[in-house]
Amino acid sequence: MKPEKSSSLGKDAWLRLRANRMAMVSLFILVAVGLLSLLGPMLSSHAYDEQNLDRIFENPNSTYLFGTDNLGRDLFARTTYGGRISLSVGLLATFVSLIIGVTYGMISGYAGGRVDAWMMRMVDVLYALPFIIFVILLMVMFGRNFLLLFLAIGAVEWLTMARITRAQTLNLKKAEFVEAARALGFSHTRILFRHLLPNLIGPIIIYATLTVPAVMLLEAVLSFLGLGVQAPMSSWGSLIKEGAEKMDAAPWLLLFPGSFFCLTLFSLNFLGDGLRDALDPKSSKD
Amino acid sequence: MSKLHIKDLEVNFHTREGIVRAVDGINLSINPGEIVGLVGESGSGKSVTCNSILQLLPAPPARIESGTIEWSGKDLLLQGGSEMQGIRGKEISMIFQDPMSCLNPYIPILDQVAEPLIIHRLCHPLKAMEDAREMLEKVGVLRIAECPRAYPHEFSGGMRQRAMIAMALITKPSLLLADEPTTALDVTVQAKVLSILKDLCGSLGTSVLFVSHDLGLVAELADRVVVMYRGKVVEQNDTRTLFTHPAHPYVKALIACRPTLDISQDRLPTVEDFIDSKEEAPLNPTTISAPNPLSGQEALLEARDLIVEFKTDEGTVRAVDQVSLSIRRGTTHGLVGESGSGKTTLGRSLLNLIERNSGEIWLHGKRLPASGQNNDSGFRKSMQIIFQDPYASLNPRLTIEETLLEPMAVHRLGGSKTERVDRVVALLKEVGLGAEHLARYPHEFSGGQRQRICVARALTTEPDFIVCDECVSAMDVSVQAQVLNLLKSLQANRGLTYLFISHDLGVVKFMSDEISVMQAGRIVENGSANHIYNEPQTAYTRQLIDSIPAANRTSGFKG
Amino acid sequence: MSRLIFSRLLQAIPTLWVIATLTFFMTRFAPGGPFDSEKAIPEEIKIKLEAHFGLDRPLFEQYILYIQNLLRGDLGPSFKYPEWEVSELIATAFPVSLTLGVLSFIIALLIGIPGGMIAALRRNTWMDYLPMGLSMAGICLPTFVLGPLLIFVFSTQLALFPPLGWYGASDWVLPSLTLGLFYAAYIARLTRAGMLETLQQDYIRTARAKGASSWRILTKHAARGGLLPVVTFLGPAFAGLISGSFVIESIFFIPGLGKFFVTAAFNRDYTMVLGTVLFYAILIICLNLVVDLIQALLDPKARQAK
Repeated sequence: MKPEKSSSLGKDAWLRLRANRMAMVSLFILVAVGLLSLLGPMLSSHAYDEQNLDRIFENPNSTYLFGTDNLGRDLFARTTYGGRISLSVGLLATFVSLIIGVTYGMISGYAGGRVDAWMMRMVDVLYALPFIIFVILLMVMFGRNFLLLFLAIGAVEWLTMARITRAQTLNLKKAEFVEAARALGFSHTRILFRHLLPNLIGPIIIYATLTVPAVMLLEAVLSFLGLGVQAPMSSWGSLIKEGAEKMDAAPWLLLFPGSFFCLTLFSLNFLGDGLRDALDPKSSKD
Repeated sequence: MSKLHIKDLEVNFHTREGIVRAVDGINLSINPGEIVGLVGESGSGKSVTCNSILQLLPAPPARIESGTIEWSGKDLLLQGGSEMQGIRGKEISMIFQDPMSCLNPYIPILDQVAEPLIIHRLCHPLKAMEDAREMLEKVGVLRIAECPRAYPHEFSGGMRQRAMIAMALITKPSLLLADEPTTALDVTVQAKVLSILKDLCGSLGTSVLFVSHDLGLVAELADRVVVMYRGKVVEQNDTRTLFTHPAHPYVKALIACRPTLDISQDRLPTVEDFIDSKEEAPLNPTTISAPNPLSGQEALLEARDLIVEFKTDEGTVRAVDQVSLSIRRGTTHGLVGESGSGKTTLGRSLLNLIERNSGEIWLHGKRLPASGQNNDSGFRKSMQIIFQDPYASLNPRLTIEETLLEPMAVHRLGGSKTERVDRVVALLKEVGLGAEHLARYPHEFSGGQRQRICVARALTTEPDFIVCDECVSAMDVSVQAQVLNLLKSLQANRGLTYLFISHDLGVVKFMSDEISVMQAGRIVENGSANHIYNEPQTAYTRQLIDSIPAANRTSGFKG
Repeated sequence: MSRLIFSRLLQAIPTLWVIATLTFFMTRFAPGGPFDSEKAIPEEIKIKLEAHFGLDRPLFEQYILYIQNLLRGDLGPSFKYPEWEVSELIATAFPVSLTLGVLSFIIALLIGIPGGMIAALRRNTWMDYLPMGLSMAGICLPTFVLGPLLIFVFSTQLALFPPLGWYGASDWVLPSLTLGLFYAAYIARLTRAGMLETLQQDYIRTARAKGASSWRILTKHAARGGLLPVVTFLGPAFAGLISGSFVIESIFFIPGLGKFFVTAAFNRDYTMVLGTVLFYAILIICLNLVVDLIQALLDPKARQAK
C-alpha cells in the first residue's frame, strides 16, 4: 500500500519536471529574458528611440551596454524593448490560438460523427496552405497594424491546437469514465468541463509552450520581410534584419538581438519537451 | 534435442520508484518433447521468466542479477548478441499474446512467416516462400492461397495467431516458448488454436513452455505444471498430481476459486481462505443473509424487439438484431457470447447509452424515452453500469471522494454535504474499503480496488438495476473471486437486479439465475443456469461448452 | 489507389474555387484596394485594367470574366509593370525557386533522416545528444539569422562562396544550405521520435525473437513505421519551403518567385500578388496529393480512400 500522503497527478508532474535539469535551466533563462524585457528599457539611461548621431556604430562600452546602431540608438534599450514586442506578440497570439483551437477541437471531438468530419475537413483544407501567404496578403490589403498582426498570427496557429485537442478529446471520449458520467446522468457541459477539460490540460500546456516559439518565429519572419510591426517599435525580427544588413560594419547589431531571440526559442522548446516528459512519463523520449 | 534447465534465476527491475524483484530465485526444467505449463497471476514473474530465456527483456530497466539457463551445453544468459541471434527462431522460437500488435503491419503475412528460414539461411528464399505457404495451409490459414500478399490486418485474431505459430515452427525448433498465446482469443477460437499447437509440436517433437494465468487451460495441454507466485515457484508437479493433490495453499486456492460449470455455489472460495499473508487489508464482505423476499415474478426490466445498427466502412452492421428480454426483480440475468456477438452493445443500449434504431424498453413498467433525450434523471438514477477496465473507469484527476460525491450532488440526494460524505464512507465500507481512501487518487489503487470503487460509484444513486459489462474479465482469478462474491452479497442485501455480461461461461453460471446466449446479434438460447449446462439446446451453446478446457468445466480433474 | 487520387482531385476543386472567389472579393472590397476610386492610377494602367477586368460591367459579369480568365491561365497584367503579364513573370521566376526548393529538400532529407536514425539507435549516448542538440539549435536558429551568419563566415571572411545572386552553381550552395539545414533539423527530430516509437512496438520484439540482426530490424521492420511521421510532415514541409523561400531569396537576392511575391506585396502590385497566391495554392494541392500517395504506398492501411 502506498504511503499515507496522497499525490495528485499535478504534483507528480512538477516533481518530475524539477528533476529535469535542462528544463529548469530553460525556465530560468525564460524568466531572466522576461524580466530584462520588462525592466530593460527603463533601466537603460537612454530611451529606445533616442537617436544620437554623434555616436553611431559604437562598440559595446560602459555607456552603451550593447553598443549603438546606425542612428546612435542604444542597442541594449532597443533589444530589451524588442523583447517586449516579440514576447507579447508570442504570448497574445498563442493565447488567441489556444482559445479558438481548444474550443474548436473539443467541440469537434466531443460531437463526433458528421459534425466532426466537416469541422476537420475545414481544418485539413486550411492546414495545407502556407498561411504566411495569406497573412502577407492581409497585411497588403489592410495595412500594418499591431492588433491585426497578432490576430492574424493567432488565427494561423489555432489549427494545430485544434487538431491536437480533437485527437485527445476523441481518446478521452472512449474512456469508460466518460461513459460512466453519462450513465450517471451528468449533463454534457458538466462532462466537458469537469471530466474532459482537466484531462486535456496536460497536452494543452505542452503545445501552448511549443506554440509560442512558432508564433514568435512567424512574427520575426514577417518583420524581417518588412511587414511586421512598424519602426521604431521594432521587434527582434526587425532588429535582426537591420543587423544582418549592417553586419560588416557592426556584427553585434546582429549578434545581440539574434542571441536573445534564439535563446528564447531554445528555452521554450526545451521547456516544452520537459513538460511533455513530465506530464506523460510513458512517452518514448525516455 | 536439448533439455532446458533454469537454475537460481533472479531478475530485478530498476524503476524510478525502487527495485522490483520480478523473479526471485527459481528452478525449472523442460525435457525434450515435454509440454510444461507455467502458471501464475499478474506479478508472478512468469512472463519475465519466459522472456529471459531468449534475452528479450527490456535491458534497462530489467537486469538479470544471477542464475544460469542451460541449453545445449551453453549458458544462454552468457551468450552475446550474434550467438543469441543464431539461437532465436532456429533452436528456440517464441510466440506472444497479441497477434495484432506482434505482427508487422507493413509486411505481408507470407513474407513474415518465411522470414525465419531466410534469416537463418536454411534454404533458398523462393523455397522459403513455398514452405511458408505450405505451413500456413497446414495450420489452417487457407486464404493464403488466393491472397498471398495479404497483410495482417486483413485476417481475424485466430488466423493471425495461427500464422504466428506457423512462423515459429517453420524452422522446426527444439523448444517453443508460448507467452499467453490464447489469452486474447475467443473461447471457441482458443480451443482450435490450442489443438493445432499441440498436434504440430507433437509431430515435430518440439518441447513447449506454455505460460498462462489459466490453470484449467494449462491442465488440458501440459504434461507438467509449474506454479509461480510473487517471483517464486511455489509448486511443480505432473499435471494430474498437481490437480488432485495440490500441496501449497496458494495452488489449492487457485484451483478452488475458479467458478466451474458443474456445481452451483453461493460464494467462491478466495485466496484469503487459504493463505493468511496478504498485503492488502483483509476484506470483510457483508455476510449473505437470507434470500431477498422481493425476488419474485414481476419483471423489473423488459425489452422488446431491440435493434441497434452501426454504419461502418463496409456498410451497415446490425449489432443487436431483434432482441427481447425480461429480467425479474432481484435476480441476475446472464448474457454470454463471444466477441462480436453484440452483448456489450445490448447492455449499453438498455441503459440508453447507445442509440437504438427501434424497439422499446420498460423499467418499472415505465417506457424509456428514445435515446436522444438522455438526461431524464428519473431513470438514470435507477440503472447503472460497471465497466470492464478499472483503469479507464475512473477520472484520474478526481479524488475518490469527489468521484463518489458528484452523482449525489447532481441528483440532489442526501441533504447536506456532511450527510453525503457519511453516505460515501458507508458505501466504501460496504465494498470493503475505508474512510482513509477518500483523499486518494485512482492511480494509487490496484485493479481490484478500483473496481470496488466503481461498484461503490454505481451504488451512489441507489439504483435497482446494474449492468455488469465484463467487469471481472480483466482480473486475476483470485481477485475475480473477491469481486464476484462482493457483487453477490450486495445483491442479497440490497435486492439489486443484475444483467451480467461476460464471455466466460463459468463466471456467468456462477452469478446468474437465468442465462441468454448471444451470437451475431441474436439470442440463440435462453434458459435457467443449470439448464444451459446440463441440456444445451443449440449447437452453438454446445460448442461453447465443449471449447472450455475440461478442467474449467468440472471441479474434479479428469486427466 | 486510383480511388484515392480521384477523391483527392475532387476535393481540390472546391478548395481552389473558394480561394479564387475569396481573392476576387478581397480585391473589390478591401479598403485601400486597387479599385478604390481615391487611388491615383496612371492612365495607361487604368485602361489596361479596365479592359482586362471589365470594370464597366456589373459585378456578376466581372466575376464570370475573372473565372474564365483563370481557367485560361490568364492572370492579367502586372499592376506595377503593365507591359508584363503576371503569368509570364511567374513562368520566369518559378524555375529558380523550384531549383532552390529541390536542392534544400534533398539536403534536408540527406542530413535529417540518417541523423535521426542514428540518434534513435544510439539513444542516450553522445551520438544521440550531439545530433539532437544540433537539431534543436537548427530549429531555433531561424533562416534569417543563419543566412547572414553563413554569408559572414563563408563569403566575407573565407571568400568561399558568393553571397548574392543566382548566376552559377556556386551561388546555389549557401542558400540551399541555409534552408536545407533548417528543415533537416525538424526531420531529424521527427525521424528520431518516429523510430523510437516504432522500435518499442511488439512486432519488433517478434522480429528479434526470430533471430533478426539489428540491421535487418532497422531496415526491414522499423523503417517503414518510423518514417511515417516524416512523410506526414512533408505536406507542411513543402509549404514551409515555399514560405522559407521568401526569406532566403530576400537575403541572397535570388530572383525567385518568393522575392517577386514579397516585392509585389510592398509595391501593392495586386494582380501579381493574387496571381501568385493562386499559383501557390495549386502547387500545394498537387504536392499534398503526392504526399498522400507516398503515404498510401508505405502504409497498407491507408490505401482505402476516405
